[in-house]
Amino acid sequence: MRLVLPNPGLEDRILSHQDLERLEKEEAGDRPKWDNKAQYLLTCVGFCVGLGNVWRFPYLCQSHGGGAFMIPFLILLVLEGIPLLHLEFAIGQRLRKGSVGVWTSINPYLTGVGIASMLVSFLVGMYYNTIIAWVMWYFFNSFQDPLPWSQCPPNANLTGLVSECKRSSPVDYFWYRETLNTSAAIDESGGLQWWMVLCLIAAWTVLYICCIRGIETTGKAVYITSTLPYVVLTIFLIRGLTLKGSVEGIKFLFTPDLDELMNPSTWLDAGAQVFYSFSLAFGGLISFSSYNSVHNNCEQDAVIISIINGCTSVFSATVIYSIIGFRATERFDDCNNENVIALLNAFDLAEGTITDSNIDEMLQTLNSTASGPEIIHGLNLNTCNLRTFLSEGVEGTGLAFIVFTEAITKMPVSPLWSILFFIMLFCLGLSTMFGSIEGVVAPLQELKIFPQNWTKEVLTGIVCLSSLLIALIFALKSGSYWLALFDSFAGSIPLLIIAFCEMIAVAYIYGIDRFNEDIEFMIGHKPNIFWQASWRVVSPSIVFVIFVFYFVTKVNARLMYIAWDPSSVNFPVLETLFYPSWIYVIIFLLAGIPSLLVPGVALYKLFQKWCCKKAI
Amino acid sequence: MLGKILFLLCLASALAQQLCQPGASDGYKVRLSIKTALGDKAYEWNENEMFLFRATLAFAMRTYFNDEEFNVSSIVVCSETERVSFWFVVVSPQNATSLVAKTDVENAVRLSRHRINSAFLLTDSTLEFVGISPTFATPVAPDTPPWLIVFGVVMGAVCAGIIALLVSSVVQKRRKKTGKTDDEDDEEEMQGKVEQNGIACENLDGVCNRGYSDDERFTKM
Repeated sequence: MRLVLPNPGLEDRILSHQDLERLEKEEAGDRPKWDNKAQYLLTCVGFCVGLGNVWRFPYLCQSHGGGAFMIPFLILLVLEGIPLLHLEFAIGQRLRKGSVGVWTSINPYLTGVGIASMLVSFLVGMYYNTIIAWVMWYFFNSFQDPLPWSQCPPNANLTGLVSECKRSSPVDYFWYRETLNTSAAIDESGGLQWWMVLCLIAAWTVLYICCIRGIETTGKAVYITSTLPYVVLTIFLIRGLTLKGSVEGIKFLFTPDLDELMNPSTWLDAGAQVFYSFSLAFGGLISFSSYNSVHNNCEQDAVIISIINGCTSVFSATVIYSIIGFRATERFDDCNNENVIALLNAFDLAEGTITDSNIDEMLQTLNSTASGPEIIHGLNLNTCNLRTFLSEGVEGTGLAFIVFTEAITKMPVSPLWSILFFIMLFCLGLSTMFGSIEGVVAPLQELKIFPQNWTKEVLTGIVCLSSLLIALIFALKSGSYWLALFDSFAGSIPLLIIAFCEMIAVAYIYGIDRFNEDIEFMIGHKPNIFWQASWRVVSPSIVFVIFVFYFVTKVNARLMYIAWDPSSVNFPVLETLFYPSWIYVIIFLLAGIPSLLVPGVALYKLFQKWCCKKAI
Repeated sequence: MLGKILFLLCLASALAQQLCQPGASDGYKVRLSIKTALGDKAYEWNENEMFLFRATLAFAMRTYFNDEEFNVSSIVVCSETERVSFWFVVVSPQNATSLVAKTDVENAVRLSRHRINSAFLLTDSTLEFVGISPTFATPVAPDTPPWLIVFGVVMGAVCAGIIALLVSSVVQKRRKKTGKTDDEDDEEEMQGKVEQNGIACENLDGVCNRGYSDDERFTKM
């Protein structure tokens, strides 16, 4: 007899196996259905594979010991990712409801878990779509030659280049000034940037048309949005491998450093990456699975999707680093050439006497002449280090909008590569947004907040419109700092709490025995000891440990952010500033409210039952 | 007589050489990077090229001043190096001992910079006049920024799609509603007709008995 918390009335709230069988045969349900298995798999793959696979994983891999990072990543993929994925797929397929419906069916006091999922999906969807708006801006600007971020614009009186651009670089200038028009701190909000507002409108409209009828329309859209990134990645791999220096980048990525395995933060980062990469606890996966037929093999699906997600991470890391290697080598060569030219000019030597290969000997010869050392010292030659260039700005928006765009300007036929790259990022982001929107609209329908006769089109429209209006905050001058804030707090701690509650709910409130029988009914055999152990002990503990680590580090640290300030002393290095004190209120709202909804709704229902004797 | 003329010429050229010195206040240093610019197609720098340079610069001075007759001899070059860099000064055509002011030389070079570069198949960065910064062409600003055009195309397509989808779902709903009421009307009509083995009675031989044609409605059990 396994540990199960008392849960009266469960049988009344869920469909029995006979009911499910009957529904399946007669197709009597009015729930939407997938046209075919491929649509379902592509949608889940699209939801899981997102921007994080392209710009978070490669950085983690390289900074935590290269090839050695694969070990914690794969171990945690198997122990944490696959079990959680299987759990969400199975519970959605069995109970045939969205996230609020599923947790309410298991126990009405757990409704808070579903509502928290919905709220987190809404908040994350808001800022994620803003990143897509930025991608669209770059995409729109790629249809010109030369690309606008390839050179500095001249200043107003045409005497030189714009000072901010000259001191940093054309790509930095285009990103921070012409795209974001960023202010110097988060409290300087500035006004709305009209071009960003237009891009936001574009992003939300495209999302609306793809989600307008739920899975009927997203099911068609995913044929393109889930497959196109792989095509583009392959094209970039082939292009990248033919460029000089790409192999350096790949070597840099995968060179293993086994000492990193002793560092606990490697394991914690790997665990967090696996968790966030699978888009767990958003409620979208539960919704998608509920549209499946009852006897769909969810165990096989979970394994397939996990493998695809892992392989995509490694594949895209290879592609990204081949291009980064190319850029770093170009930068390194330019750096050396500058030194060569400076020496040639200072000593008036003929061109070609000093090259990359003999620069060191020549320096020695010149140093030994009478006035040589003084002149050489006065030149302030650069120190050129390939490793420094390889480690520059290679994660997050910095990777996509600064490093990669710079690499693209150095390739021949740059507009083509730029268009391909940003279409790929757009598809990656959009397919993840489908899951977010599903994670908001399905619970909304189940909570019956809006009248029943309002169709899905109207609900989706309301969700998209309200998200757009709130997301206008990201179109302010300080928008990118707000986005970083949302990224750090809205999507991190609440998800861990929700995932932990999900596992406890299924294993100990729904009952692991009942769950095993359900899976046996659905796919034909009971889950084996691996699944049992991971659902009941291993995965919850891993999630708990990650949560504790995150919570402790965030609460203890005085929170800081990096800002672009042209008037600062260290410009163009980004300035590290402390958040003002009123931001802590916002942080509490973002991270605290979804988390507190879980016990909050339970208490509310308890209160309702006792005071008003209402049947819950 | 010949001796005097020779002496005067030597004096003139010596004077000119004295006027030209590295670091001269009215002179400029020029630096050419032919191999960097042209790679395999680079030409040798020799006396003829130097002559072309002096001629081009004389042309620039003439263009700038418009009425003064500069000659190749007005451009004095010195301190040539292997780098291919040298100093030059411009001697005024009226007075062989005075130099043209630095600012005038700069403006003249600026005016004809493109022509000077083209004569040598070089650019502003490979034919450097140290101290004269390259001029910037006025940026070409198109009337509509290209990104707005792409934005317009995408938004137009998406909005058209949304309207089409919304209209089609409204039409589908209407069809379903009218489809249901149509079926009910058909049933009522069927009840009024008198049929014999499914054939309407007008088409059969004999007399139509419509006596019981309405009974179906009332005698339903």
